Amino acid sequence: MPNIIATLFFCIFISGCDSAAWNNPYSAEEVKQNVYYDSFSERPKHLDPVSSYSANEYVFLGQIYEPPLQYHFLKRPYELIPLTATSVPDPIYYDEQGLLIERSAREEDIAKVVYRINLKKNILFQPHPAFAKDANNQYVYHDLDEEKLSNIYQLSDFNLVGTRQLTAHDYVYQIKRMAHPKVHSPIAGLMAKYILGLSEYAKLLSEALEENPHDFLDLRKYDLPGVKVIDEHIFEITLTQKYPQFRYWLSMYFFSPMPWEADYFYSQPGMNDKNITLDWYPIGTGAFMLKENNPNRRMVLERNPNFHGEAYPTDGDAEDYAAGLLEDAGKPMPFIDKAIYSLEKESIPAWNKFLQGYYDTSGIVSDSFDQAITFSAAGEAELTDEMKEKDIRLKTAVTTSSYYMGFNMVDDVVGGDSDRARLLRRAISIAVDYEEFISIFANGRGESAQGPIPPGIFGHVPGEAGINHYVYDWQNNKAIRKPIEIAKELMTKAGYPNGRDETTGKPLTLNLDTPAAGPGTKARFDWLRKQFAKIGINLVVRATDYNRFQEKMRKGTAQIFQWGWNADYPDPENFFFLLYGINAKVGHNGENAANYQNDEYDELFNQMKSMENGEARQAVINDMVEIVRRDAPWLWGFHPVGFSLHHGWYKNSKPNLMANNTLKYKRIDPESRYEKQQQWNQAVWWPVVVIILILIFVILPAAISYRRNETRSIS
Amino acid sequence: MISYILRRILYAVPILIGVNVITFMLFFVVNTPDDMARMQLGMKRVTDEAILKWKEERGYNKPVVWNSEAQSFEKITNTIFFENSIKLFVFDFGRSDNGRDISYDISQRMWPSLAITVPSLLLGLFSYISFGLILAFFRGTYVDVSGVILCVIMMSISGLFYIIGGQYLIGKTLHLVPISGYDTGWEAIKFTILPVVVGLVGGIGASTRWYRTLFLEEMNKDYVRTARAKGLSETRVLYQHVFMNGLIPILTGVVVLLPTLFIGSLIIESFFAIPGLGSYTIDAINAQDFAIVRSMVFLGSVLYIIGLILTDISYTLVDPRVRLN
Repeated sequence: MPNIIATLFFCIFISGCDSAAWNNPYSAEEVKQNVYYDSFSERPKHLDPVSSYSANEYVFLGQIYEPPLQYHFLKRPYELIPLTATSVPDPIYYDEQGLLIERSAREEDIAKVVYRINLKKNILFQPHPAFAKDANNQYVYHDLDEEKLSNIYQLSDFNLVGTRQLTAHDYVYQIKRMAHPKVHSPIAGLMAKYILGLSEYAKLLSEALEENPHDFLDLRKYDLPGVKVIDEHIFEITLTQKYPQFRYWLSMYFFSPMPWEADYFYSQPGMNDKNITLDWYPIGTGAFMLKENNPNRRMVLERNPNFHGEAYPTDGDAEDYAAGLLEDAGKPMPFIDKAIYSLEKESIPAWNKFLQGYYDTSGIVSDSFDQAITFSAAGEAELTDEMKEKDIRLKTAVTTSSYYMGFNMVDDVVGGDSDRARLLRRAISIAVDYEEFISIFANGRGESAQGPIPPGIFGHVPGEAGINHYVYDWQNNKAIRKPIEIAKELMTKAGYPNGRDETTGKPLTLNLDTPAAGPGTKARFDWLRKQFAKIGINLVVRATDYNRFQEKMRKGTAQIFQWGWNADYPDPENFFFLLYGINAKVGHNGENAANYQNDEYDELFNQMKSMENGEARQAVINDMVEIVRRDAPWLWGFHPVGFSLHHGWYKNSKPNLMANNTLKYKRIDPESRYEKQQQWNQAVWWPVVVIILILIFVILPAAISYRRNETRSIS
Repeated sequence: MISYILRRILYAVPILIGVNVITFMLFFVVNTPDDMARMQLGMKRVTDEAILKWKEERGYNKPVVWNSEAQSFEKITNTIFFENSIKLFVFDFGRSDNGRDISYDISQRMWPSLAITVPSLLLGLFSYISFGLILAFFRGTYVDVSGVILCVIMMSISGLFYIIGGQYLIGKTLHLVPISGYDTGWEAIKFTILPVVVGLVGGIGASTRWYRTLFLEEMNKDYVRTARAKGLSETRVLYQHVFMNGLIPILTGVVVLLPTLFIGSLIIESFFAIPGLGSYTIDAINAQDFAIVRSMVFLGSVLYIIGLILTDISYTLVDPRVRLN
């Protein structure tokens, strides 16, 4: 027993006595390295770029995979620039006869649209066993069987790796994978509407798989009419209709290159049983590669030794120069060698580790907001003195998201196109004070929405011209919510004077359907009831579980609901389509959760979606915004403002809400970080000694007394 | 004894079937296969075709418990319930809804759980029994009274307080150990200290009181009076007589826990970011991954039954009067 205790103490001593502080959660050799430290709270479900459609997965995929295009790191509004392509492709339009026509041609005259993408040369894939070849130029790991896999448990157990050049075939292969019967690509349905022959291609592949269900489905053998390899570094994508937003999709990971070798390698018998899949071990050309995939503990990215190289941007916005964001202009990226993302399911430990210097960046949750942020007399968010002392920096940005409250437009009371329902919706729009909501529940981190389009997206009109005049007045240079009396007047006009139905005399009761329940949401719902009560409406909160809520939404039995949308790409179409009639949830299972239907709006939407940004498009957008403001299918809610913190040693930080591949731009000063970590994390032992002494002092008198009793002799 | 054990194992079969049925019913009352598909496929732009395909691949497109269109036995066997349940009895957990081999994941994730639960159990037993003995030893003195008051106070405090307080005090303020996280090998030690200490402190109140009561009950028995009358010292009475006889309920209480140590702790693992089976279960519930939930519930039931059988066996070892037949 004494030996075991001695060994245990020795181990603790060894594990604690490195050059790092005792509470350092990283290994001794990592603390001084050029490593970026961050956390993640939700494990990624998919790392196959054709399946992944989640921001928490893009954190990793963005650094590994390279679609043809990317967003400029610094410039705003967001600008597409080439990544592996040599230029941002312009669409080429053809008519029915296959003749080239002008970009300004009418949409109905366009029979097909071709995007020709020229790729940069000499781009290599990361080292990977799928490419490993022997002396005879044969793939080493393309004929695996049970015996060969007997000692293989993870990808790193394959001893040999190889690489090869990126070609146009890899992009074409990936587009074909969208139609693969065994792969779930969330955008397959959408892309089938546009990419020539993709729908039929999916059927073809399904039939092929049915014929040979156990064989590798080699997509190279099956041609997809909508994609064509011109030469090793040029390929074309043919769309069946004009779709200017397609360029944005070319910056998303669905369009990353996928070598056939990887698909073949992972599809070999036994690989799936060993959990060695493309969904777990990505293979890309990006600045980093996934070195460790343990989503239950940590994800580790390491510099890709085959990275083709990219220089830090040499231009940006005027304020970027002042902020020092162009100090690294023209320097080769990436700047860091490794990135370690640790799993933190709870926000409090993550926040405390950030304050100890063990994470380079952090968001701010409500629990820690007051500790981090204070508001100046002018209402500006500032860091508290505690944060300033630690040289922590604050970055804010209005997100390209909308959180809104929707009315179910197929509901008998709040929905429909009648004046009565419209006036009721407008009255509620005035009554629910979102400025107050932002102040109370979002710590001021939000901007009241004036319509569906958030700031930073083309079509958003700031200032007086952009206010929703049904809800706001422009006073003292800012939008002021109309007084509640106006809402009451609207209620009277709608036939609900003082919140009572004038025909029946009964008080108006509306239902908010929500998946949120529990004590944490009570204050929020109480506040909402109070807002509705201002105009005499009794709001009933119908809380249910998430699945039932989704079912209500699909069936159209919800009445009022809260919803949100995060932009896929910086184009107004990506917000207006949320109100497009064909996209209604009811009947179409689309993203139009309010089931809003307006022919005039739909017509303008069809016109707007294929227009190039410019005055004409802005005019159409203004008309569309006016229609939806008038009809008020949503309470426009607010656009959250993202607050993020980072330490002084973390350089080149600028929020970019569209780009996911931003790790390559980051720079760390590891020496400075190490010094601060040591300074902030000196172990304090005296309380431990005090506790031991207290225990001794408590026990000792009793023990002495006992001893005295035991040794006392009877005289 | 062997026939007794075999009989207990056979009794376990209907229990496991029952547990499986209840798990299945509870899960599918709340989650339909469509809900599960939506959760796995994501919320944006999911088409009905994609949901159908997902369900087909995993067999969730079949009737839940009764397939009226099938023939003979297939009416039962060609259902979601049967196909998802029967393999469990040969410990073939299959694949999770996102395609991972569950047995492999369990084999990987039980070690971090054990790294927390085993030291917690051993150190806990040592500490709680020691404190219980001390309080029993000093019964009626200021040590006993203040100890009991302290225990009652500690019992009344939520477990979450100990976790957050422990992280704040030991990790954040004193900088003695990392606030959360986990590592492999020797490096794991520094990550296990805080959760073990928190688990230990959190359990002191209730456990010490329980052990104190247990020892006090023993100390009032005739054999103790006899031992004292023989002139034995109080220390010998306590350690050689009271402690040894008090071991029977202690041992049986502990043995039943042994197999469940594999399952880990749901809250501790979540707060300390320990990648064990507790957080595995919580993640699966949140992700509506039925394959993992049913496997973990089944495994938990099996381990609990094993624990009960071991308890019965341990009775015969510590108390010669008990015979299993």
